[in-house]
Amino acid sequence: MKFWIAMGVLAAAAIGLALSPVNEYFFYAAYVVLTYVVLATAWNILGGYAGYVNFGTPAFFGIGAYAAVVLMRWLHAPLALQIAAAALMGGLLGFGVGMLTLRLRGIFFAIATVAVIFIMETLMINWRYVGGATGLQLIRPDVMAPFASYTRMLFVVMALMAIAAVAIARYIQDSWIGRGLRAVRDSEEAAEANGVPTLRLKLLACTVMGALMAAAGAPMPMYLSFIEPASTFNLSYTVGALGSAIIGGMSHWLGPIVGALLLGSLQQIITVTISGEVNVLVVGVLLVLFVVLAPQGLLGLFKRWLPFSR
Amino acid sequence: MIFSFDLLFEAILFGILLGCFYAAVSIGLSVSFGLLDVPHVAHPAIMVFGSYCTYIVASHGLDPILSGVVLMPAFFVLGVLIYRFYYETFERRGADAAVRGLAFFFGLAFIIEVGLILGFGVDQRTVQAPYIGSSLALGDYRIPYRMLVAFGVALVLTFALTLYLSKTFTGRAIKAVAQDEPALRLMGANPVRIKQWAFGIATGVSALAGAMLIIIGPVEPALDRVYIGRTFCVVVLAGLGSMTGTLAAGLILGIAESIVLMLFGASWAPAVAFGLLLIVLGIRPQGLFGR
Repeated sequence: MKFWIAMGVLAAAAIGLALSPVNEYFFYAAYVVLTYVVLATAWNILGGYAGYVNFGTPAFFGIGAYAAVVLMRWLHAPLALQIAAAALMGGLLGFGVGMLTLRLRGIFFAIATVAVIFIMETLMINWRYVGGATGLQLIRPDVMAPFASYTRMLFVVMALMAIAAVAIARYIQDSWIGRGLRAVRDSEEAAEANGVPTLRLKLLACTVMGALMAAAGAPMPMYLSFIEPASTFNLSYTVGALGSAIIGGMSHWLGPIVGALLLGSLQQIITVTISGEVNVLVVGVLLVLFVVLAPQGLLGLFKRWLPFSR
Repeated sequence: MIFSFDLLFEAILFGILLGCFYAAVSIGLSVSFGLLDVPHVAHPAIMVFGSYCTYIVASHGLDPILSGVVLMPAFFVLGVLIYRFYYETFERRGADAAVRGLAFFFGLAFIIEVGLILGFGVDQRTVQAPYIGSSLALGDYRIPYRMLVAFGVALVLTFALTLYLSKTFTGRAIKAVAQDEPALRLMGANPVRIKQWAFGIATGVSALAGAMLIIIGPVEPALDRVYIGRTFCVVVLAGLGSMTGTLAAGLILGIAESIVLMLFGASWAPAVAFGLLLIVLGIRPQGLFGR
């Protein structure tokens, strides 16, 4: 109950903030940070709970963005419908990737997900309708009623999506699904032998992960007013999602949020003050440092002072 | 789509040259990942790093191939250090190491790539040599000399490494560590030292592979991304750790890529390696010559 009240307060705060006269740039930056919250939370469902490393974040993110673009060009569909369609496509792709876990584990699964990114990217490069390699300029629709600008509205949409993603991740973690996935992570054979429906759980985790990541990608074309394959299917989303989860801590739903808020804000600050390349470098260095020195992430470091202990 | 047997023959010829090159750039990974089970996703990034080192050395007037050879000892040491670090931090701790080791190498690849961008910018770099830019006319076909040079070096490299692994004492020890590490330990050998040596060799070979990479064409920092697909495709298709398999798999990938290039154009070529990789992983994860 406390969780839902907190989430309700956060949602109300996001809407209140979007209606207040705060500087426009704040929303521009906060939108990206919130995107990383969704991506990291989604990544952690498979990566943190089940122990399958997914490098394919950009594939899901990108399929969501392109699904939105197709719907927009074809039907002039509203944003809500675009997000729903993106989630559906991402879920389907996630299910397909989940089928791969039938035979592949560890690095083999991880490399297969890299392959999915490049195949998706090549498909989009060769698809004229969505702009091919050069990309497509998009025109934003009119601003909806209470919001002063489109970016503010997108900020609220992404905030609500982040809350939904966290609620889903929390539900999965605390239910039998999460217990099953953790059993898969610790020993897949033992889990299977004890009657855990491992394949069904993995498929579920992959589908939910894919749907959430794709949903996070859907508003991106509108945010940029532009779509183009190279930046949409960029591996920096992989590092962002993976890095946030590892830096925050993979064992609890709070970890990816902490990691994403920290990493995302840091990236925004560095991009503005130093340069875009340095910000990617910082993420890489932090990822390696945490993986080596603090394998349990920030949550592990501050475990003693946290109310929950596992 | 234009199709003729003439074009097909040319594509296959080009594919064979390209295929040997792919085998050569993958052979380091075939040792580090195929034999030692290290999730070395940073292999292509180290190779591209090798290309940039070659670029620096060659800019002082040295031949690029020779530059690659000169760099090999330094890369050997780098490899030993990387393995040592990986072993101390991840492999020895067991259990959870797989996820974190993978994340470590992925982060390492990213650091190398961004480091190169910061050092050299995103522009493409090339080297100069007498055999770059001209081509051999064989009847109606024109084969660029740079492809032939890379082809030759690739063959020498592959055969040298194959012989080393099957004929020398240390080479056999490396194969033994891949087959049964506890047994090797019981026989009084130190598997960690052997693995360290093998990883050093794999990384040293990457310097030469990097030199070939910059001879074949211009190099940019982000080039490692597409080579993740090519090198892993070759190694997995070959069957982990099989050296002859690596050559065969390289040829299959090279010919497939060059035929797709001819039929559908350059924009589809990068997907060939990744598509082939997915198919192999889905249907026959143990590869053609799997152990």
